[in-house]
Amino acid sequence: MNRYPVWKYLMIVIALLLGALYTAPNYFGETPALQVTSGRSTLNITSASTTLVEDALKRVGIPSTGISLEGTGHSTSVRARFAGTEEQFKAKLALERELNKDPANPDYIVTVNLVKNTPAWMEKIGAGPMSLGLDLRGGVHFLLQVDTKAVIDNKVKALQASVRSNLRDKNVRHAGIERVGDTIEVRFRDAATRTAARTVLSAQSNEINFADAADGADQKLVVSLKPDAIKRSIEDGVKQNIVTLSKRINELGTTEPIIQQQGADRIVVQLPGVQDVARAKDIIGRTATLELRMVDQSVTPGTELSAAIPLNSELFTEGRGAPVVLSRDIILTGEYISSATASFDQNQQPAVSLDLNGDGGRRIRQATRDNVGKRMAILLKEKGVYNVLSAPTIQSELGSTFQITNMGTSQDANELALLLRSGALSAPMEFVEERVIGPQLGAENIDRGLHSTIWGFVAIAVFMIIYYHLFGVFSALALAANVLFLLALLSILQITLTLPGIAAIALALGVAIDSNVLVNERIREELRGGAPPQAAIAAGSKHAWDTIVDSNVTTLIVGLALLIFGSGPVRGFAVVHCLGILTSMFSAVVVARGFANLWYGRKKKLTKISIGTVWQPGMSPTKK
Amino acid sequence: MEFFKIKRDIPFMRHALILNAISVLTFVLAVFFLFSKGLNFSVEFTGGTVMELRYPHAADQEKIRTTLRGMGYSHPEVASFGTAQDIMLRLPILEGTEAAGTSARVFNAICAADGGAPKQSQVTTDKGEVINHTSCAKATGEELISLQRVEFVGPSVGDELAQNGLNALIMVIVGIMIYLAIRFEWKFAVAAVVANLHDVVIILGFFAFFQWEFSLTVLAATLAVLGYSVNESVVIFDRIREMFRKQRKMTTSEVIDHAITSTISRTIITHGSTLMMVMSMLFFGGYALHYFAIALAIGILFGVYSSVFVAAAVAMWLGVKREDLIKPIKEKDETDGAVV
Repeated sequence: MNRYPVWKYLMIVIALLLGALYTAPNYFGETPALQVTSGRSTLNITSASTTLVEDALKRVGIPSTGISLEGTGHSTSVRARFAGTEEQFKAKLALERELNKDPANPDYIVTVNLVKNTPAWMEKIGAGPMSLGLDLRGGVHFLLQVDTKAVIDNKVKALQASVRSNLRDKNVRHAGIERVGDTIEVRFRDAATRTAARTVLSAQSNEINFADAADGADQKLVVSLKPDAIKRSIEDGVKQNIVTLSKRINELGTTEPIIQQQGADRIVVQLPGVQDVARAKDIIGRTATLELRMVDQSVTPGTELSAAIPLNSELFTEGRGAPVVLSRDIILTGEYISSATASFDQNQQPAVSLDLNGDGGRRIRQATRDNVGKRMAILLKEKGVYNVLSAPTIQSELGSTFQITNMGTSQDANELALLLRSGALSAPMEFVEERVIGPQLGAENIDRGLHSTIWGFVAIAVFMIIYYHLFGVFSALALAANVLFLLALLSILQITLTLPGIAAIALALGVAIDSNVLVNERIREELRGGAPPQAAIAAGSKHAWDTIVDSNVTTLIVGLALLIFGSGPVRGFAVVHCLGILTSMFSAVVVARGFANLWYGRKKKLTKISIGTVWQPGMSPTKK
Repeated sequence: MEFFKIKRDIPFMRHALILNAISVLTFVLAVFFLFSKGLNFSVEFTGGTVMELRYPHAADQEKIRTTLRGMGYSHPEVASFGTAQDIMLRLPILEGTEAAGTSARVFNAICAADGGAPKQSQVTTDKGEVINHTSCAKATGEELISLQRVEFVGPSVGDELAQNGLNALIMVIVGIMIYLAIRFEWKFAVAAVVANLHDVVIILGFFAFFQWEFSLTVLAATLAVLGYSVNESVVIFDRIREMFRKQRKMTTSEVIDHAITSTISRTIITHGSTLMMVMSMLFFGGYALHYFAIALAIGILFGVYSSVFVAAAVAMWLGVKREDLIKPIKEKDETDGAVV
């Protein structure tokens, strides 16, 4: 009765092996490496950058043990590994010199980094080391709050401007446009005009709601943004800010920065290894600006670099549309751009659609009316350096919404739209939380967490073995298996380990032993009641199961509640807590029994089992 | 080894009334302290700045206080923890200043008072990773103070955390009630939740009485105790249910006595093991896990007590009966069909 079928033993063995395999990456350590990231918004890191780094290293003759492209989106970087810190240091100087033409305005940022030593085949099967939380390795953590009021305010301002210009364009006569709270009230002399206005406006945008109202003799039309539209613009604002932040944080050269949305309107930024709050804040809060300027027609295209530059013009050499000579007069700045999206023009060619707010529409109309056929350039100014994003030809007079066509590929269109949006932070942000943990403290926290877990484990194991003899050994082994499973799960799920997480591991071990105690006590009870050993093991395990399920499910409910509502340290605790409950059920019930079965299962005439003292004159319920 | 050689069931329920009176008393005391003293909420809830500084020698706390008073803090909290070299500052948000920059201003002022200048130094670890280190150093390069940790939290974040904490508590209570009501019976569900809240309130009472810092980590510990303590009650309830099924003649209080007696050995061992773990955290975990471990330790000790004397007793007062747990099997109507 105490024999597992072969598949069950096999399952335990496989589980243990998988556990060992997936915890293994945590022991491999790290090698010195260099990380190359983009130093400017207009430069993306692609596989071409990998070749660039490779070539540069070859030229200077520094051997690298591996160059790879890592990360996705805006956190893409090229990483080169080296055999030792000496090569790493030399390579850093060499790469900085080779990759950047102008040291004052670097194209690439080279930072010293550590790369995990996990073998490639392990990475392929998803086995990677756990990442450590900031409290364990030091660094800064910011929580930024996006000012949603300002986002809505901008949106309403833009709505007011577009209502005004749309009505004027279509010759609908109104008697005044007024902003009341977050709505726009338009007055009309009669109801017929109001109906006409409504038709005009609803054709222009599907983001608005209308309501009729009367004010004395006047008819009013109350225009408001749909809640969906407001929600979407806040979401967009937060996303754009995240994109902008990722680009800027590249400059700090931090390895593995975390930039994440938290809740509806907050952004978490974590920069491991950084301690300089002031500089980090500086870079995060910096603004980049966009400018639209006319191309100077007096300079023949192709001769920009050699021609004499007229007095009221400047030469720009950086960026996609460069070289180009532009007028010093600014038509429009980025503040007027309310949205930029990649789209398609009437010929189904990639294009970028722009929406202007305020009197941006008026300004651009004025500027473009007489300049059809001429070129206009879009500039991004960052750190005092200009970059020509694009220099399209004006096809017709432009209004508050227009398209930049001739984008080539849709990827280019996407990138330009992103740059137009992300040049500046789309919504103002405020620092609501700031944490700095010194590297030394981080290391101390790891030590302390590990020590408390190890000593706690040893104490429990020793006690179990003294109290339950051989069954105590089984329990201790199961507990060790539990640690293995838990660490493996944490590694597989790529959960960031924090100090509360370590505390949860420790607590999980304390609680996990409960299931073993329940089983062992139950077996003793069965023996006390006179059951033969084999029957006692079977019945004890069976009876304890109900209790184990009930008690673990209730604990799991608590864990889930913490997971759902918790944030920060509570969440770090809850994740490990929940996983710990699951692994402990498996290890205490299946693995511990497996050991017992393996040891005792085959013995037919078992007269005694080693489970500590079983006090014989057992108690029995007092019967009346 | 065998700790408990119990011949007869221990008549726990005979003393239930007295023990419950003690329970009610501790509970009322805890509530009293919660209201009169309140919890010493950490900056995570209240908003403000916490800084951890390390001096190479025992720090002059009075000097730091004077510097802080000079900056406009009327009651700056300066305390050492662990050793006299480790100093923790706790500063509320000052009206009229940019709260997010507090830490830098404070560090610079304290540094200046010691005659040093703040310095950012880069240390390359043996693995080649560059780590920035903020410290305060004399012109000679001698390090006076090193900045270990800074935590600033805006006031609005705290309200949300408190709300989330409350939500978690409600979800836990409702979830447990539903599960227990399905698995056992509503009387047990009520009893378990009462016993649990009793534990939680007492932990909070301790934190209020000693004015220990109540942080998010402590909140996590407190809520974890909820789960842990229900766990305990469930084990006893399980036994009660089993006994009701087996022993038809025992009275309710006898059944409860027997259930508790037969699980007491497991109760003590389990809690002993968990307590060993928690003590290990308390001794080796350092300051960061100190109050977390204390909250758990109190929770575990009261968890044993409450599941034995509170949960079981409340279930008894609510009048659990055999019939509540063992649904009577409907007897087949013999006279089904035609009656002559």
